[in-house]
Amino acid sequence: MADRTPLLVAEALTRRFGALVANDSVDLRIMPGEIHALLGENGAGKSTLVKMLYGLLVPDGGRILWRGEPVTLANPRAARALGIGMVFQHFSLFDAMTVAENVGLALDEAEPLRDVAERLREVSRAYGLPLEPGREVWRLSVGERQRIEIVRCLMQDPHLLILDEPTSVLTPQETEGLFETLRTLRDEGRAVLYISHKLDEVRQLCEAATILRQGKVVERCDPRGQTAASLARMMVGSQIAEVRLSHAAEATGPVRLRVDNLNMPSEDPQGTSLKGVSLELAAGEVLGIAGVAGNGQDELFAALSGEVLAPRAADLTLDGTPIGREGINRRRRRSAAFVPEERLGHAAAPRMALSENALVAGHAANGFLRGGFIQRDRMLNWVDAVTHAFDVRKGPRDPEARDLSGGNLQKFVVGREMLRKPRLLVVSQPTWGVDAGAASLIRQALLDLARDGASVLVISQDLDELFQIADRIAVIFNGRLSDAQPTREMTREAVGLLMGGEGFGPATPGATPGAAPGAAPGQARDKEGVA
Amino acid sequence: MTLATAILLTVITAATPLLIAAIGELVVERSGVLNLGVEGMMIMGAASGVAVAIITGSSTLGVLAAIGAGVALAAIFALLTLALAANQYASGLALTIFGVGLSGVVGAPFVGVQREGIGRITIPFLSDIPVIGPVLFRQDLFVYASVALVIGVSWFLWRTKSGLILRACGENPVSAHALGYRVLRIRLYAVLFGGACAGLAGAYLSLVLTPFWTSGMTAGRGWIALAIVVFASWLPFRAMLGAYLFGGLIILQLHAQTAGVAIPSQFLAALPYLLTIVALTLIMAARRGTGAGSVAPAGLGQPFTPDR
Repeated sequence: MADRTPLLVAEALTRRFGALVANDSVDLRIMPGEIHALLGENGAGKSTLVKMLYGLLVPDGGRILWRGEPVTLANPRAARALGIGMVFQHFSLFDAMTVAENVGLALDEAEPLRDVAERLREVSRAYGLPLEPGREVWRLSVGERQRIEIVRCLMQDPHLLILDEPTSVLTPQETEGLFETLRTLRDEGRAVLYISHKLDEVRQLCEAATILRQGKVVERCDPRGQTAASLARMMVGSQIAEVRLSHAAEATGPVRLRVDNLNMPSEDPQGTSLKGVSLELAAGEVLGIAGVAGNGQDELFAALSGEVLAPRAADLTLDGTPIGREGINRRRRRSAAFVPEERLGHAAAPRMALSENALVAGHAANGFLRGGFIQRDRMLNWVDAVTHAFDVRKGPRDPEARDLSGGNLQKFVVGREMLRKPRLLVVSQPTWGVDAGAASLIRQALLDLARDGASVLVISQDLDELFQIADRIAVIFNGRLSDAQPTREMTREAVGLLMGGEGFGPATPGATPGAAPGAAPGQARDKEGVA
Repeated sequence: MTLATAILLTVITAATPLLIAAIGELVVERSGVLNLGVEGMMIMGAASGVAVAIITGSSTLGVLAAIGAGVALAAIFALLTLALAANQYASGLALTIFGVGLSGVVGAPFVGVQREGIGRITIPFLSDIPVIGPVLFRQDLFVYASVALVIGVSWFLWRTKSGLILRACGENPVSAHALGYRVLRIRLYAVLFGGACAGLAGAYLSLVLTPFWTSGMTAGRGWIALAIVVFASWLPFRAMLGAYLFGGLIILQLHAQTAGVAIPSQFLAALPYLLTIVALTLIMAARRGTGAGSVAPAGLGQPFTPDR
């Protein structure tokens, strides 16, 4: 082992953004055939480092060695020519284009699209990541979009594959499939640089880890010899507060939110129609909704928040009042709060300041206006309060939403709704792409909110999260919702089976009008995966 | 020559400059840049073309000068909007005002100077086919060039890797950059191509359609070209349809005026824009609820600054 040349060595890489030193003399060494974890909190400099390794950012200092030779990575093309591939955390896809076109754009040799589509089909099948080359990206779920990113990287036959949080939208089964893929790649002598916040995954998969804190390498270790807690401690430099588990005794209070046999054909023909969805959410309870991306989560969220109105007012009741026909602001005034999945663009307007974002979401309830005029100091105080309560890290006091890192913006949009002390909180993917410390903070806040008597509904694809905080768990599949079961009576296997559609009874596309054959993504995938 | 042939011929001549300018702007907008300076580039093409043609006595040099003038103005626009990331709307409007003004200065010495227009090419035998023969096979080079442009641009955008990359820059410049494409350089090429097309369209006005210079002779055709791009929902062959439709409207307007029809000419002049709105509304109505979003390139009008 000792005489083997490392595949990639970064020596004293430094990169500054103005006064901020994002990477301060970072050293990194990746051996061939190694799955190497890069760990660190949000803002620790992981993205900056991998962007330099992929030729997207030019280092201010230090150098990069590839198989022992110093190289200059002027652009991603140069990186790809060496054999470095990257899967981005924020998808770099073109919505209006087809899967094949998106893949073709990432290939350096001109290749007829028909051949690209053919190869894409083969690669995606070989690695168990089925994709339909001719579909436009806007028709696909978040999970499917992530597959495009991964497959398009694999098609470049990379020696080093950089993955930025690849499993955040995958089911346990899909994650296991990806791990198989990555282990296959490793056995082929390729290296993987793996960024993740899921420390258990890192321990399971990686044989080396480099840990960054505030732009510096603070630790190197073999994660297999560590515990999740010890890894987390290295990342944050202190003990992470354990989420206090407090599964309440069954239905602690009266029913607050009731959804009664809600049928909603999707406006989007590629979307998923909700079919006979019923649920009850009591005061003081956390209800978790699990499911594979694209099985009706977006539609359920839209129906609960009032972005799309239910057919009948009585389909949804809040504290006994029918609210099915009320819009989002009227529901907010009834002390409901909503945090959608997409933080940038849905939960927050990218080019508006945080205070303005607080106003936009809060104007129905927050009292930022006096006689139609904006109370700027009040808004800023509110931003300060959210920032303080949820440890939002930012440069200026009131930056634009897009200037925050993903995790910090997530803390802000969750905090913005929570600080209003709503009686009902509906939140989708509360901790997607958020580091361990922040995730634990958000989950604790959700539990505390419930303990104070609020009802919390969490839609999440992170099963660990649901098992940690939910009192009951229901599974959404193809627009239908299973009966919620107490969490302590559920197993991951049982939930996994439900996520795959077992136990939902016969629901053929023909029997449910409005459901296109393509509207059963989970099922369709499984079939393709077997074929 | 039958009446139908005569009408078709005039429609084609009215439509050709619209088509050339529109197809250029279509490429520009597909790359994510909105250049509202088409009118300015076009009229500078017209003025420079006629000036050089009169001085040198060569129509060919005139056409080249017109293209050069369009490219030069487009380069100014590119400097502002790409290199300096200035607002595209404001820069485009400024370019039009600048071009219209400057063309008056360039063209001033040549006001009223008549010269022989560029003639038509007659393809033997084929042009003898009744009605369509003279329409299709007895045209000037510009008409053939405009059709070739439509086919070429369509092929480029949908059949080549470079075209795919150009559309990617218009769709999502940030992602295109992340993949390693030089968004600004690609947009620069597109903008310059648009300028060349606008200049060429201007040359058609002053060297073929009315072979002399009068100030303000584009008479809003640059704006119609912009409307055509929207009308065509950024598709080259639909742009061709739009150009012929709007060219027909211009002819209708002229004939209605001379025939003393009681439709106000202002209404006919406004009709292309009205049709554009109707077409957009219909397209959006058809796409409503599909989740497909707008037909416009998603990154249209967004300045992009690579972060290195």
